[in-house]
Amino acid sequence: MIAAAVIAQSGGFVRNRGGDASCVANDGFCPSWIADNLDRYWAPLLEHLYLVVVSVGIGFAIALSLGLLAHRQRWLIAPLTGVTSALYTIPSIAMFFLLQPLLGRGNTPAIVGLAIYTQVIIFRNVINGLANVPEEMVDAAAGMGMTANQRLFRIEVPLAVPEILAGLRIATATTVGLAAFAAFAGAGGLGQKLIVASLITFKSNVVIAGGMVTLLAAALDLLVLGAQRLLTPWRRAVAA
Amino acid sequence: MQEPSRRSSAETIEFREVTKRYPGSTEAAVDGLSLEVPAGEICVLVGPSGCGKTTAMRMVNRMIDVTSGDILLGGRSVRDRKPEELRREIGYVIQQIGLFPHRTIADNITTVPSLLGWSKSRSSDRADELLELVGLPREMRDRYPSQLSGGQRQRVGVARALAVDPPVMLMDEPFGAIDPINRERLQNEFLRLQAELRKTIVFVTHDIDEAIKMGDRIAVLQVGGKLAQFAPPAELLMSPASPFVEDFVGADRALKRLALQRVRDIDLWTVATCRAGEPTADVRERTAEADLDIALLIDGDRRPLGWLSERGLTGERVRTELRSPAEPIVELDDILRDALSDLLASESMYGPVIDADGEVVGVLSMEVISHAVGSAPAEVPGATELAAQEHANGAFDVEGTDEE
Repeated sequence: MIAAAVIAQSGGFVRNRGGDASCVANDGFCPSWIADNLDRYWAPLLEHLYLVVVSVGIGFAIALSLGLLAHRQRWLIAPLTGVTSALYTIPSIAMFFLLQPLLGRGNTPAIVGLAIYTQVIIFRNVINGLANVPEEMVDAAAGMGMTANQRLFRIEVPLAVPEILAGLRIATATTVGLAAFAAFAGAGGLGQKLIVASLITFKSNVVIAGGMVTLLAAALDLLVLGAQRLLTPWRRAVAA
Repeated sequence: MQEPSRRSSAETIEFREVTKRYPGSTEAAVDGLSLEVPAGEICVLVGPSGCGKTTAMRMVNRMIDVTSGDILLGGRSVRDRKPEELRREIGYVIQQIGLFPHRTIADNITTVPSLLGWSKSRSSDRADELLELVGLPREMRDRYPSQLSGGQRQRVGVARALAVDPPVMLMDEPFGAIDPINRERLQNEFLRLQAELRKTIVFVTHDIDEAIKMGDRIAVLQVGGKLAQFAPPAELLMSPASPFVEDFVGADRALKRLALQRVRDIDLWTVATCRAGEPTADVRERTAEADLDIALLIDGDRRPLGWLSERGLTGERVRTELRSPAEPIVELDDILRDALSDLLASESMYGPVIDADGEVVGVLSMEVISHAVGSAPAEVPGATELAAQEHANGAFDVEGTDEE
């Protein structure tokens, strides 16, 4: 029902602005239409970026905190893994509708939903990354008089950075894709151009909006990868 | 800030009836261990796996807490100390070394100084000083552990443990992960370092040969964490306290003792030396008084030329007639085991001994060696003593800047 409303809302999207009329009428791939209408996609792209950055940022902060907590309080690992996995299995469209009675429509339910989906990936990578720090390094750190907090933040977390950021990369790529469905929660973004029934069959639209989603995912992935390289200069050191 | 070569005085370590029982285990891991390590000495804890040697060591810096009994450092109970503060005052070297791969060598070395809040410049100076001490070039300071060889990493591990010049060091199989050739070299280097630093060290190993080499005193532990014997290496080899210790030190314990002594430590045979042209009567007289019944021909600088034959003594004056060359020539600073090996290799029962100037001072023979093996253990020095002698003799050379 609500989906219909969304589609009705966005249905006013105009196909008749410029381009080769017959090509547009046939839902074809029309370079001239794309050239005339590309400017209409910048705002949704920025909205999309906003949704991804904010939700991944919040999600990362929460999952990292939960991971550090569970690393200390090991009994928390199983229940937190269970809960985050269960949340991950909720179909995304359902999630965005389910959150609306609580949070209304717009960016808020979209961001909350997207942040929830990042939890399982980041949490697991934080836990595994910390667990994979070689025992002798933790032992050496303790033996030299580091407190538990000093060990965690000076030794364990820095050594887990590659795995933690690997989780962040997957979470980011996943979120860029999922954010397209955030339109169901009434949020902006490129999803608005993709979920509208009257537009999804229009190849020119799908190519632009879909292409932008893909490029955004690739760009953000490179950004996190760059951050990882910057944070781990020791991994690139080669035997002299 | 300028106190780089401040030498904190070593402290005694005393185990008093120390017992460790792990929860859920009926057997004690360490059972009523009492021993005292004098300041500045290396005490090796040795024994088969499961004898509690590592547990005993780790109780010193409270990585493991004692169940009953007490450990005193310089007369002060470790139980009264905050574990973190205690550990910062105790050097710690483990088998896998445990260098932090994300930190540069200099940062690794100054781990404890940074915990103690030293200034950057003071830490940096200390890192340079320690690199030099363990024989690594200063350029290494900005490298990462993955860029170093195993031997170099081991040296960094030692440098890191020495960062704040702790009076006490704990070493858990520190050379365990190193190949045999480099291990020998690192052991020697460490002993020379110790001869200079004189830390009180608890050293854990499962290797009796390493224990004999490194220890001023050796504590042999048996399964169940019981102390089987606590003695200097020579005494351990000479008079094992029980069949277990005898078995553990090995059937070749007499040979192992030889590794603990130098030629200069034992009573050599006297020998009649002579130069060509001397009156033969004098030489015959001196030969009769010497331990060896043949004379050694020497040159003007008292360097050995060879064993004089009977024909060389037939005339009025000594003629250069040799029955055999003076081989092998042994040096006063040679380890007895190596000297014995030389005798065996040259199929000779004896050989002339020379001092640092190359002058003959006596003769080493199989008989002399076998007598030395049977001599009282009190005359046999410990590892630190041996290294100190070597150090005093100017044999301190820094090796190890090479790649392995």
